[in-house]
Amino acid sequence: MNGSWILSGILALPLVGALFILLLPGDSEATKRNARWIALFTTLITFALSLVAWSRFDPAQPGFQLVEERDWFSHAILYKLGVDGISMPFVLLTAFLMPICIVASWTPIQTRVKEYMITFLVMETLMVGVFIALDLVLFYLFFEGGLIPMFIIIGVWGHGNRVYAAFKFFLYTFTGSVLMLLAIMAMYWTAGTTDITVLLKTHFPANMQTWLWLGFFASFAVKMPMWPVHTWLPDAHVEAPTAGSVMLAAVLLKMGGYGFIRFSLPMFPDASLYFTPLIFALSVIAIIYTSLVALAQESMKKLIAYSSVAHMGFVTMGIFAANTQGVQGAVYQMISHGLISGALFLCVGVVYDRMHTYDIAAYGGLVQRMPLYAVAFMVFTLGNVGLPGTTGFIGEFLTLIGTFQINNWVAFLATFGIILSACYALYLYRRIIFGVIEKPNLMGIADLTGPEIATLLPLGLLMLFYGVHPQPIIDASAASIDQLIQGFQHAVTATRTAGL
Amino acid sequence: MHETAISLPVVLPEVVLAAGTLALVLYGALRGERGSNLVNEIAVGLLGLVLILIVAKNRPMGVTFYGAFADDAFTRFMGAITLVGSLVTLLLSVEFMRQERIGGFEFPVLILISTLGMLMLISADDFIALYLGFELMSLALYVIAAYRRHDLRATEAGLKYFVLGALSSGMMLYGISLIYGYSGSVSFSAVAEAVHDHASIGVLFGLVFILVGLAFKISVVPFHMWTPDVYEGAPTPVTTFFASAPKVAAMAVLVRVMVTAFPGISNDWRQILTFVSIASMVLGAFAAIGQRNFKRLMAYSSIGHMGYALVGLAAGTVEGAQSVIIYMAIYVVMTLGTFAAILSMRRQGRAVETMADLAGLGRTDPTMAFFLATMMFSLAGVPPLAGFFAKFYVFAAGIKAGLYGLSVIGVLASCVAAYYYLRIVKLMYFDEPAAAFDRPAPVARIVLAVSALMILLFVFLPSPITNAAMAAAQSLF
Repeated sequence: MNGSWILSGILALPLVGALFILLLPGDSEATKRNARWIALFTTLITFALSLVAWSRFDPAQPGFQLVEERDWFSHAILYKLGVDGISMPFVLLTAFLMPICIVASWTPIQTRVKEYMITFLVMETLMVGVFIALDLVLFYLFFEGGLIPMFIIIGVWGHGNRVYAAFKFFLYTFTGSVLMLLAIMAMYWTAGTTDITVLLKTHFPANMQTWLWLGFFASFAVKMPMWPVHTWLPDAHVEAPTAGSVMLAAVLLKMGGYGFIRFSLPMFPDASLYFTPLIFALSVIAIIYTSLVALAQESMKKLIAYSSVAHMGFVTMGIFAANTQGVQGAVYQMISHGLISGALFLCVGVVYDRMHTYDIAAYGGLVQRMPLYAVAFMVFTLGNVGLPGTTGFIGEFLTLIGTFQINNWVAFLATFGIILSACYALYLYRRIIFGVIEKPNLMGIADLTGPEIATLLPLGLLMLFYGVHPQPIIDASAASIDQLIQGFQHAVTATRTAGL
Repeated sequence: MHETAISLPVVLPEVVLAAGTLALVLYGALRGERGSNLVNEIAVGLLGLVLILIVAKNRPMGVTFYGAFADDAFTRFMGAITLVGSLVTLLLSVEFMRQERIGGFEFPVLILISTLGMLMLISADDFIALYLGFELMSLALYVIAAYRRHDLRATEAGLKYFVLGALSSGMMLYGISLIYGYSGSVSFSAVAEAVHDHASIGVLFGLVFILVGLAFKISVVPFHMWTPDVYEGAPTPVTTFFASAPKVAAMAVLVRVMVTAFPGISNDWRQILTFVSIASMVLGAFAAIGQRNFKRLMAYSSIGHMGYALVGLAAGTVEGAQSVIIYMAIYVVMTLGTFAAILSMRRQGRAVETMADLAGLGRTDPTMAFFLATMMFSLAGVPPLAGFFAKFYVFAAGIKAGLYGLSVIGVLASCVAAYYYLRIVKLMYFDEPAAAFDRPAPVARIVLAVSALMILLFVFLPSPITNAAMAAAQSLF
């Protein structure tokens, strides 16, 4: 088939780059420099390849495209890849953020640079794999495999209480996922295959759906993360190095939402409908409660981490509204949050590299010394708040419209989240940027450097561009989402009529 | 498959091994200590030869010695894994025995005798052959356990193992006599016919006693008490041996007995195995958390792993048998690799075995740290490593057989167990380096590297193993 190697290429390229870095000898300065450059080139080529995939992708078609299929485990489990309108944006997001992460790690990471770059490249393969796998076992493999590099990144290059954070991250997500694994096996014995395209058309008995849904929910809820299993996230974020936080917030958290859209909604429609009140309740709690928690934080990174949990609440709410606007909004919100939270963590990393603390109280009056930084931070803060003109607004607005049609109380309560997000985000901004410089050690702080601008600028431009012109992303996923919603409505109506 | 009175080609590997072992005993006895190096080398060669004979395709399969031994795909697959275990143990032992000055020609010979017992055990097709193989294997193991006879811990371990082992052998023999009394036969297939789908109380007792004997050898709860002490007390190559080959053999015969001698009463033995499996997985997960000694940790880890393997057997289906076979194959590779790493832990000529000694290995010896970390993630069952697929197959079989509770408890136990495997990774990568280890022996390094690569690359080429395991499983049904 035409271009059927592209997706495999995207998977293989980072591994090839990692292999090259592995072969670099010694631990000298030259080796470190080479490792960085190889990693940067590899991620840039991977991004270019994902753009090629994007150009070959026809958004008008709802089904999977660029499909590759090979036998893997004795004809039972397949190596099958493909993208549709829902997964394509995530592939692009991941490939786009990777070079930025490499550049952001350029100077902050000075120890074990080789290993760092290898771990990041391996993680890229695993993350992209999650979004393009078309076999459930293959999906699980990427989904869980990603834990290893992230565990290492937090544990080795993190700071402070990194060991605790790494273990908490690993054990939380691992425990959630094993239940999904059992559900996958049950699906395999029922449908006789783990091919996602076949499973999407399989109808599971209603009673079984409930258990399968719960198995998948255990995994995705932890990954998302939804209240009350979100507590690993603030720890992991605070202790991870900047680029690790960026990947965690921008891509890893999206796997949960992607999973809900890809599996829970279309494969277990009856159970999804049955559990919608639960999801709505948890989402609203996440939005309001974690926003309030964010307001009380004294650490910049923790504040942004809690704000991530709140924003993911909009995503789950939108997904289980199960209408076009809701799901569309959820996808949009995830992409938007990927750009904005990634950028915010980069902003936090900028001052951390200079002052080595995340304590909000240690800053103040930065606008006097860092005007450029103040502008950049302002832009992304407003995006986080969901100001019209940024992508944040569109995502939240769509999910709210979608939810309002299903349950207007939930939508009403969720709206408070937007107000609260303005509170904590602007409060954070005021405490760090405005005021007069009182701390003597802040007097000499330098403004953004070239590489820092290079990492923040593309994110800012994309956020503003898609904020005023959201159509490209919406068009890309519209056909797939329409098909998904139609299938869902059809299945639910069928069950209803059968029940009557 | 046809049954013959006596057919030597069918049992050629066993015959070669027996003859070679006897020759080595003679040679060793004549030459004394001076001959031990040569004995070791020949023993390795002999095991290699037997391994080739076992996997050779053109040898006839069949049941021979009046139905005492069956040579089928299952025998060959499990026999091959067992031999790999013995072979690698011997390879690893050479350097260690020299360094610790406890060499001697007896060690390789005992390993060979024990391996011969295992091969008989795996191919046993009636209860007499089973007991013969079992005792041949066990008697050699008792001696090996106390091999370092001047060491207090080793003798304690050996004695403990012997007393408990003799008790379990006795119970097993009593069970066999009960089965014989109530069914009128010792042949597996005849017992299956006589028992059919109803177990009289005598058969049930016999079944339980046989299970006890085998459960002791694979060290599952509640017959695991000897494991931590023997693992810790015995010299590391001995521990390597205990952890690999005998477990494969005992697990193989357990599968064969359950599936071919008691297929009709699977509901009865499934209950027992389910309990044993849950208890082992949970104990293996929780008891290992507090351990400081790496070998002791591996003891609890192996108890847990046998529990996982039993999930597949509890399913009692052909997929279940396949999953046990796959599990044991991957388990042996992981175990051999990990023990090769433990053998490489030496400082200033002395073996160290606490986990804290691994601190900072990621910096002092990145290659070894990487391979050992691979082993740990695989033992924890994290994809895409082979250990994940081992667990995947057993739990898939469990789910298919409707053992939902068992499967859920199993995967949750594996999350608890993940904690202590991760702790080793943490020690190696997150902590400040301790003093570097001595340069490890090349053999240990190669074994570790090869097994780690197999674990890493299994995901790219799994079909040969899974297909062979399926063929082996089908030959039982």
